[in-house]
Amino acid sequence: MVTANNILVDAVWKILKDIQDPEVPVSTIMDLGIVRDVLLHTDGVEVVITPTYSGCPAMDMIAMNIRLALLEKGFRNIKIKTVLSPAWTTDWMSEEGKRKLKAYGIAPPNPKQQVCNNDLFALHETVQCPQCNSYHTHRISEFGSTACKALYQCSDCKEPFDYFKCH
Amino acid sequence: MNKHLIEYALHLADNALILGHRNSEWCGHGPVLEQDIAITNISLDLIGQARNFYQYAATLMNAHQVSPQVGGGDFSARLREEGAVTEDSLAYFRNSSKFKNLLIVEQPIGDWAQTILRQFFFSAYQNLLFEKLKESQDEQIAAIAIKGLKEVAYHLRWSSEWVIRLGDGTEESHSRVTKAVDELWSYTGEMFIPVDYELQILKKGIAPDVTSIKESWLQKVKEIFSEAMLKFPLTYLIHTGGKEGKHGEYLDLILKEFQSVARAYPTATW
Repeated sequence: MVTANNILVDAVWKILKDIQDPEVPVSTIMDLGIVRDVLLHTDGVEVVITPTYSGCPAMDMIAMNIRLALLEKGFRNIKIKTVLSPAWTTDWMSEEGKRKLKAYGIAPPNPKQQVCNNDLFALHETVQCPQCNSYHTHRISEFGSTACKALYQCSDCKEPFDYFKCH
Repeated sequence: MNKHLIEYALHLADNALILGHRNSEWCGHGPVLEQDIAITNISLDLIGQARNFYQYAATLMNAHQVSPQVGGGDFSARLREEGAVTEDSLAYFRNSSKFKNLLIVEQPIGDWAQTILRQFFFSAYQNLLFEKLKESQDEQIAAIAIKGLKEVAYHLRWSSEWVIRLGDGTEESHSRVTKAVDELWSYTGEMFIPVDYELQILKKGIAPDVTSIKESWLQKVKEIFSEAMLKFPLTYLIHTGGKEGKHGEYLDLILKEFQSVARAYPTATW
């Protein structure tokens, strides 16, 4: 059923689709699965977001960017709520989001079943090089330039690259 | 009961903040670039967990008008100025005697071996503790723990591998990590001795009984030590007091440094 409320909520979702992640500027906050809900209240609008990692330093900026984008489109009384549960997972990343990451040079997260392995000195995940598509790659460091990434290098084209860790 | 829950949330927050701060001392000084990035990433995760617990403690304090005595002199003054408790006032304006962190997290970083070993001891403990907190009757404590567990799994695997690498490495790395065991072992027992606020909320199903995870922790340490060719310590002298605000001089030195800007310029904003 089309109601005035539905139209408003859709309008908010549409605005959120264009907000970039400050640390991975090729992805939007929707691609990454950071936006969990949009709620309409009698006196305003509420956007529910969740952090990728507990210490993600981008959250304050994301909240501010959402507020600014909505203000610009005429929304008032904007509330942004951060929730921790259910905990964010890379499973929420859209296929479109994964495609954009790869095109940008960041290997997208592998499907989950491959990694939930806490064995010590386990074989590193096989990650495809986003540059030359080779699977002949190796991990340089489990921790990368941001909390959500690990550092890999391609053994064929020799390019180092970021891998968006499965989480 | 809220008083005890607030104290518990602060205990969990202080552990994460102080260890996160200690690890951040490696920023720009790690043995190699990748490990410098690794230890500072772990700092970031811990400080993020600390923020979640501080925000929750602040929410509880504001909702229940808990006495500003929770924070001590400067904290009370800050509370009068701001009108409400914030995560920042809890981190920057409480005195050391109000911090409830374990003594192990305030110990100096020492060398790489000491930093690694402390991280391993703490991550093994945090992993078991958060597994139990997943079932906490307090929804927010459970949510923070579930979120944090994914990060702790990485910390535990990384630090375990490093303990093995150092212990079963060269003569020098082995002797350094052995020395680290001597330095840190007597601070591990405190993790498994509950204090009053833990016991009070244990009854409500909010916190687990820490004595119940001691055996699993010892098993984990034995497993990794055996792979690392390290001797399992026989003595079990235990330093306690941190959880109740009785700290060594190290905590004061840490707070002096990281609270100095906030206290010198309390009205400054980002």
